[in-house]
Amino acid sequence: MLGLALVTLISAAAIFAPWIAPHDPSAANFLAARQPPAWNPDGSLTYLLGTDQLGQDLFSRIVYGARVSLLVGFLGALTAVSLGVTLGLLAGWFGGWTDRIISSFANLLLAVPYLVLVIVIATVLGRSLVNVILLFGVTSSPVFIRFARGEALRLKQLAFVEAARGLGAGSRVIIPRHLLPNIVGPLATLATFEVSAMIFYEAGLGFLGLSVPPEVPSWGNMLSLGRRFLTTHPWMAVFPGLAIAITTLGINLLGDWLRDAIDPRSQEGG
Amino acid sequence: MLKYVASKAFESLALMVGVLVLVFFLVRLTGDPVALMVPKDAPDSQREAFAINMGLDRPVIEQFLLYVGDVVRGDLGDSLRQRRPAVDIIFERLWPTVQLALGALAFAVVLAIPLGLAAGMEPNGTWDKIARTVGLAGQTIPSYWLGMLLIVFFAVELRWLPSFGRDTAASLILPAVSLGFSGLGQLVRLTRSTVLEVRRSDYLRTARAKGVATTHLAFRHVLPNVAIPLISVLGIQFTYLLGGSVYIESVFAWPGMGTLLESAVRDTDFPLVQAITVFIAFVAISVHLLTDLLYGLLDPRLRIA
Repeated sequence: MLGLALVTLISAAAIFAPWIAPHDPSAANFLAARQPPAWNPDGSLTYLLGTDQLGQDLFSRIVYGARVSLLVGFLGALTAVSLGVTLGLLAGWFGGWTDRIISSFANLLLAVPYLVLVIVIATVLGRSLVNVILLFGVTSSPVFIRFARGEALRLKQLAFVEAARGLGAGSRVIIPRHLLPNIVGPLATLATFEVSAMIFYEAGLGFLGLSVPPEVPSWGNMLSLGRRFLTTHPWMAVFPGLAIAITTLGINLLGDWLRDAIDPRSQEGG
Repeated sequence: MLKYVASKAFESLALMVGVLVLVFFLVRLTGDPVALMVPKDAPDSQREAFAINMGLDRPVIEQFLLYVGDVVRGDLGDSLRQRRPAVDIIFERLWPTVQLALGALAFAVVLAIPLGLAAGMEPNGTWDKIARTVGLAGQTIPSYWLGMLLIVFFAVELRWLPSFGRDTAASLILPAVSLGFSGLGQLVRLTRSTVLEVRRSDYLRTARAKGVATTHLAFRHVLPNVAIPLISVLGIQFTYLLGGSVYIESVFAWPGMGTLLESAVRDTDFPLVQAITVFIAFVAISVHLLTDLLYGLLDPRLRIA
């Protein structure tokens, strides 16, 4: 249940950011630049986790940064699931050329090392939140294409689908009414892990300076800035990274719990 | 077997052609490749000259065929910034990246197999708890962040190891550990679950009933069966490491293909970005082909499928 608690905490931080953050995340205060965290002898309680080189409050920026991470994670995963499941079910159900074209698309995206693919597309598209969500949505869809295709192939042979077909139901009825509901369970687990993977990759892209615009407070952008001051002011990079690790931990624990709840057979591994 | 090899080889070739199509059209996706490659303040006359020089004024299909022809001859285009063949630049940076990826893989495999084996042989024991923690940590700790933490701790505080560059053999340690850590987590989980599966099999119960000692059981009966799924994952891992090395090379200023890609992106040196992508993709596809073939060699059942 630690997972649910962590995810709730981070989501609350994202939603209620203006009320939680003690400072405007973009307010610079040059008199208080590069302050260490409050528990350091040189720190102050005004800036709980210290400040960056512009004197912006790190705690406030981390709270606001949760917004970018969660938006990219959830909307990106949603895009990947919708696109992947639609294409995968069509491929599995119709077979033939439909399958060949869709499967080649998936195989092609999987052939290029994921991070390289993401970096190249991000460079072409340019830095914006919508671009980043679309980028992750499309490049992560092959996982769901493969999953949905396999499930469609399996379900196609089962008696209830055959019965529906015998009663005269067409693909327009069978795919959304008979196939889709039967894959929702395992799909939910797969999608949960995808959310945490995307948060991970978005921050990595931000770290390379290729995600949302630099003035937007995001964990990746903070890391990208913090690494320049790593040897003298390590907290500037340590805290945003910790936020990423805690978030992905929460979501992964939630995913594990979801998998065990939906499929009791998977419990044997613990 | 020959049919299996031929079909796998054909698949790989088709993927390579696919990668060329993907990369070629990606650069033209925005509609104006010239705008991507030329500085924003360049005068129109320079833009036109650039377009003609790069062959961008010709029909797209003709451009593509010329491009494929060049690639087949081993010419991946010229770097805009350095004004020399991209292939030459890539080969200068290839070895450091391969070295880093192999170091990371070695770190992951050497720790993961004994840990996963010990964990799987005694579920819920001490080793199992350690293995599960490592598995979860590998999944949640971002490699680039781990790299920065290691620098702060081992290079800045303790001054044991160098924090950047590739000057001594010790320079490899921190980057390889950061890069290999998530792979370590995955391999531990895989080894552990495979061992658990093997332990339930009939032949293992028979061996146990015969009175075979636990260590002998682990090394002679369980380990060889763990090797098969491991090999296919190692191929995937290697590809993943090639991509992941971009972050780690950037953190540690490691002079490999990752930092090359990063600087090419920063300089908007698109021909070089394109060349690196094609090159890495080709390497990844070849590694996959090799693992597929090796897999077929080790597990005869797969050749039929």
